[in-house]
Amino acid sequence: MATGQQKTGAGQAQNQGFVYLPLIVGWLVPGAGHFLLGKWGRGALLAASIVGMFAIGLAMQGQLYGNFKDILEMLGLAGDLGTGLLYVVGRLMGWGTNLVQVTTADWGSRFIVVAGLLNVIAAVDAHNLRTGRKES
Amino acid sequence: MHLSHFAAVVLFALFASVVFGITMRDTPQKMLRYGAYCFVLFVGSAIVLSWVMYFIAR
Repeated sequence: MATGQQKTGAGQAQNQGFVYLPLIVGWLVPGAGHFLLGKWGRGALLAASIVGMFAIGLAMQGQLYGNFKDILEMLGLAGDLGTGLLYVVGRLMGWGTNLVQVTTADWGSRFIVVAGLLNVIAAVDAHNLRTGRKES
Repeated sequence: MHLSHFAAVVLFALFASVVFGITMRDTPQKMLRYGAYCFVLFVGSAIVLSWVMYFIAR
């Protein structure tokens, strides 16, 4: 009985405050959701992987999607938006605007899209840690 | 930046495996094992599929 009450109390304490903050911060800045929760090592690894994948994609002359011409462009844009502020910075700096003319550039575009999707997974993981759905 | 097919596969597998390992498991040891498992599956399946396509194309 006492153990159950303690667990409920701990759960309530864990759910206090804005529980979506790690999700939003983690989406905007890769790894930041985990940094916010004090998971420094995991955050650093996630940030290195996602930013590294995004940067390599751009270095391979990958394209940042920016319009709604067809369904594939829209899906690419949805994936790219997963990188959060990286996408915004990339668009503002004019990165990834070259036409895809070589095979490696096509792979680069895929790297960028997958970096965005992985960042969404990482942000959801930070949210799960915050709510207690994932224990540690 | 011009990467070979294999280098691109290895980099992709490495980054994706790190994220999968961290997000899909709870303890550091399990994360490491699951990350390594994903990496081997990514690279291994790419090699196997490459050989399959090579023989189909002949």
